[in-house]
Parts: sequence; C-alpha cells; structure tokens
Amino acid sequence: MNAVSANLIGKKYGKLQALSGISLEVGEGDIFGLIGPDGAGKTTLFRILATLILPDEGTASVCGFDVIKDYAKIRKVVGYMPGRFSLYQDLTVLENLTFFASVFHTTVEENYDSVKDIYQQIEPFKNRRAGALSGGMKQKLALCCALIHEPSVLFLDEPTTGVDPVSRKEFWTMLQRLKQRGISILVSTPYMDEASLCDRIALIQNGKFLKTDTPQNIIKGFDSELWSVRSDHMSKLLSDLRLNEGVSSSFAFGDAHHVTLKNGKCNSHDLSVYLDGLKHTNVCIQKIEPNVEDCFMQLSGKNIL
Amino acid sequence: MISKTQIPEDKVIVARDLTKKFGNFTAVDHLSFEVGKGEIFGFLGANGAGKTTAMRMLCGLSKQTSGEAWVAGYDIARETEKIKRCIGYMSQKFALYEDLKVWENIRLYAGIYGVPEKDIAGRTDDLLKRLGFEAEKQALVKSLPLGWKQKLAFSVAIFHEPKIVFLDEPTGGVDPAVRRQFWELIYQAADRGITVFVTTHYMDEAEYCNRVSIMVDGHIEALDTPNNLKQQLEAKNMDDVFHQLARKAKRTEQ
Repeated sequence: MNAVSANLIGKKYGKLQALSGISLEVGEGDIFGLIGPDGAGKTTLFRILATLILPDEGTASVCGFDVIKDYAKIRKVVGYMPGRFSLYQDLTVLENLTFFASVFHTTVEENYDSVKDIYQQIEPFKNRRAGALSGGMKQKLALCCALIHEPSVLFLDEPTTGVDPVSRKEFWTMLQRLKQRGISILVSTPYMDEASLCDRIALIQNGKFLKTDTPQNIIKGFDSELWSVRSDHMSKLLSDLRLNEGVSSSFAFGDAHHVTLKNGKCNSHDLSVYLDGLKHTNVCIQKIEPNVEDCFMQLSGKNIL
Repeated sequence: MISKTQIPEDKVIVARDLTKKFGNFTAVDHLSFEVGKGEIFGFLGANGAGKTTAMRMLCGLSKQTSGEAWVAGYDIARETEKIKRCIGYMSQKFALYEDLKVWENIRLYAGIYGVPEKDIAGRTDDLLKRLGFEAEKQALVKSLPLGWKQKLAFSVAIFHEPKIVFLDEPTGGVDPAVRRQFWELIYQAADRGITVFVTTHYMDEAEYCNRVSIMVDGHIEALDTPNNLKQQLEAKNMDDVFHQLARKAKRTEQ
C-alpha cells in the first residue's frame, strides 16, 4: 500500500487555480520531495492531504484512508510540520512536547524512543520558552512535536527554508534516519539541491506538476547537451552569450554560466571562436551533467532575457 | 579612534573592532572590514553567527557595545539619521505593503526617503517600464507573484539612489529563473555605483559577489573573493567553502 496517493487533485481559491491535475504516489518508507518556488501550491497540497481543507476535484488517500471520508483516522497516523512555526511561543520546549503528546492521547515518556535522537539535542534547553529558541532549535522541536505520536507518515512543509547550508544538511541526515525506521516522508523545499536526497520528486510550478520521477531520471530527461562556460568577465559573458543566435538558453549558475546550444546551428567550437572574437580571455567551455535546477528551468520554459 | 578624514573616499563601509554584547553573550566580536564603492559584498554565515546583529548596527538600528564603524562616511553611533537617508534596505520577510497598489508603494517609499516631489511620477513610470510592470501599476501588491514582489521591492529600496543597499536574504523561496533575474538587477545597481551588501543561504549566489565574508561565532572567519577562498581551502565550490568554515563553530546554539 502506498503511504500517500493522490489522483487528479484540483483546488481553487475564488478565481485562483491553486492546484490542478495533481497525481502522486509516495511509497512506504520513501522520501518524496515537492520541489518548487513559493506560491507553486505546495502548502495547499499539504493541507488537503492533512485533511485541513477539501479538494474541489480528485481523490486522495493517506495510509489507505480517504482524505474526506476517513479524515479522523488520517489525523492519527500523520505527523504534520507546517511551514510557519507552529509551536506555542509562550510554552517551554518540554511543555510544547507534552502538549502535542496529550493531544494524541499519549505521553512523552511512553513515546520517548521515537523522538530521542532529535530531542536529546534540545533537551538541555527543555525549560526555555519556545519563542526564545534559535531557528535551528525551533525546527528540531517542531519535528519532535510532529513525531511524538509515532506517525507512519510525516508531512514537512518547507522545513529548511531560511536555514543555513550546514543546518540544512543536518536536518536531512535526521530525515534519512527516520526513513530507516520505516516512516514515509512527504517534504517540500524551494532548494533544488535537496532534490537529490529524495527517492522521488515532483517539480511543481503554478499549481501543476512539471514532472514526477526519481531525481536521476529527471536529470536523464534533460533533452540537450549542457555546457558550462566561463571567462574573466562573467557579466559581459552572459550578455554576449544571449546575443549569439546559436545559443538556446543561458543562465548564471554560481561560478559558471550554463548554456544549451541550438542543434545544428552552433557547436562548442563555434562558441569558442565567437567568444574569442569578442576578446573574452580565459574562456573555458566544458560539457557538464545537468542538475535538478537546470531541469526545472528547462521544464518551466521560462526565458530570461 | 579614527576620524572622519581618515575614511578613504572609496570605502562605503569601514568597520573597526565592531562589537555587540547582550549580557554575557558576545553576538558580534571585533568585526573589522571595509567595503568599496559599487562592490557586491556577500555577508554569509550560519544561523546565529551574528549577521543580523551586525547588519542592524550598520543600518543605525542598534548601538554597538564597543568599536566603531562608518557607513557612507557617517559614524554609526552618532549620525544614525544621516545614515538612514543614504541607505536602502530590503528583506525577504518585509519589503512592501501588500494592501497598497504598486504605484502607491513606490510613492510612499519615495516620500519617506525624500525623493523630490517633482521627480517621483516620472521616475515611477521609468521604473515600471524597465521592469516591464507598466500593466501592473494599479495592481495591489498582494496580487503579484512572489518573484515580481521581490524585484519590485529591490527597485523600491534603491529608488532614492542610495549609496548602499542592504539585502537580507532577498531571494529565499524565489523561482530559479526569477532568482537569476533578481541578480541581474543587483549587477545593474552595482554598475551604477550602488554598493550592495547581501546575505543569502544560496551558495551559488555567493559566487556572484565580488567579495564574500563568512561569519562564524560572531567574528569574520574568512574574507576574500570567491575564487581566492576556493583556492585557499582547496574547495570545489562555495558550498564546500562554507561547510569547511562553518564547521569550526564552537558556540552552541543559544
């Protein structure tokens, strides 16, 4: 049985089509990533699956329970960490955890093992009010509160937004450990580099899935050769690349520009000659593997000119 | 103590041993650095490293415990009002008023920053044209997609042509294509001589900065061009640089 399955979900807010034609399946014990920018519809999908709002179209189930008919059962087996900080700021760390345990008719002692790994990191501060915690610790406490009733499915809505790269890595290590315990995880993120840490991902934009697959297959689906291009003047290089008619797309990517060429119209040698002609120095053109962000931009088909 | 005449004219920020303590806790510990005119300066660090505290002092919003700093030639301890006039500020969390129209937001900020009355209308039209937002002039800001809001917010933050603009995680959660358009606006501003002081958690964006500083436990652990940092640490990219340096943090999260 899939942990989550959704079939052609649609949702409107007034005239705004927040989601349309969303289908997905999260296998048991999988980490499934929803990858896309703010406003793409990620939170709406979480709210439907967590039985907080109703879909206008389509059906969905979590652990085999229907999101409409069996909503009460779903709430018992799901742990939900909403995007905005969801804890009680005026309660202490321990009070928050105790509260969430009592809502699910359990106690911290009874289920201590299920949160132990993560809770131990914040336990020295258990008497501090949640409002006075740093960002990284709030995130750990929120995760503990979502885990205290031993859910079989976790919904994590942008748990790493605004979190620095080191803490983000730590957080993903915690998720891998939860996966090993058999917990299925649906997690959303605007950071494309986190996609490779998921078993399967859906790229989402404007309420629609652009593609759903394993990160490896999404990268294989990039349908042109990708070149990394550098020179001593990166800003001029970008505008010169865009002026070349043989260039199909050109985006800044950290220390290099990622470029695709129009088939038959231009090859890497032509490009090198063109850039030398424009007096670029230390030109370096290399064929590279695309990453998920390249794929996202190709699929979203946005031209940046 | 340094006097005003010792501040080189091409340095828009000069900080000397800038320190801020909260009780026993030293949030910012003897920060010394300089930022040149028109430079894009990346101000990186882990959560809790002291970036926000340092930025608030430089904007004249919080007073240092010791040390000194000059922003646009003004002393951050004594000339805060003059500083506020010649800086722009934008963050991911707060930038524009959602319930005001696009032109009303521009009008409001232009007024606050003292743009001459007679210039506002013309410059508003120029700006909207440059951004391709002419059709949205009368739209409420809350109806715009996030990426548009961020581009508009940045343009509003530099509408009064400040000497320096502070950007606090300006691209968090923004669409990858729009994130790149945003950086092109940053480049254009820097080309016009506006100094850009920016924080980000996207390490690819660190590569777009002329120089980058990385704060660890309240002090600057490294400051150089992205290329030099990568060479010094034998790192393949800025993400690797960041991980190597931030791992040195000893201060437990408080």
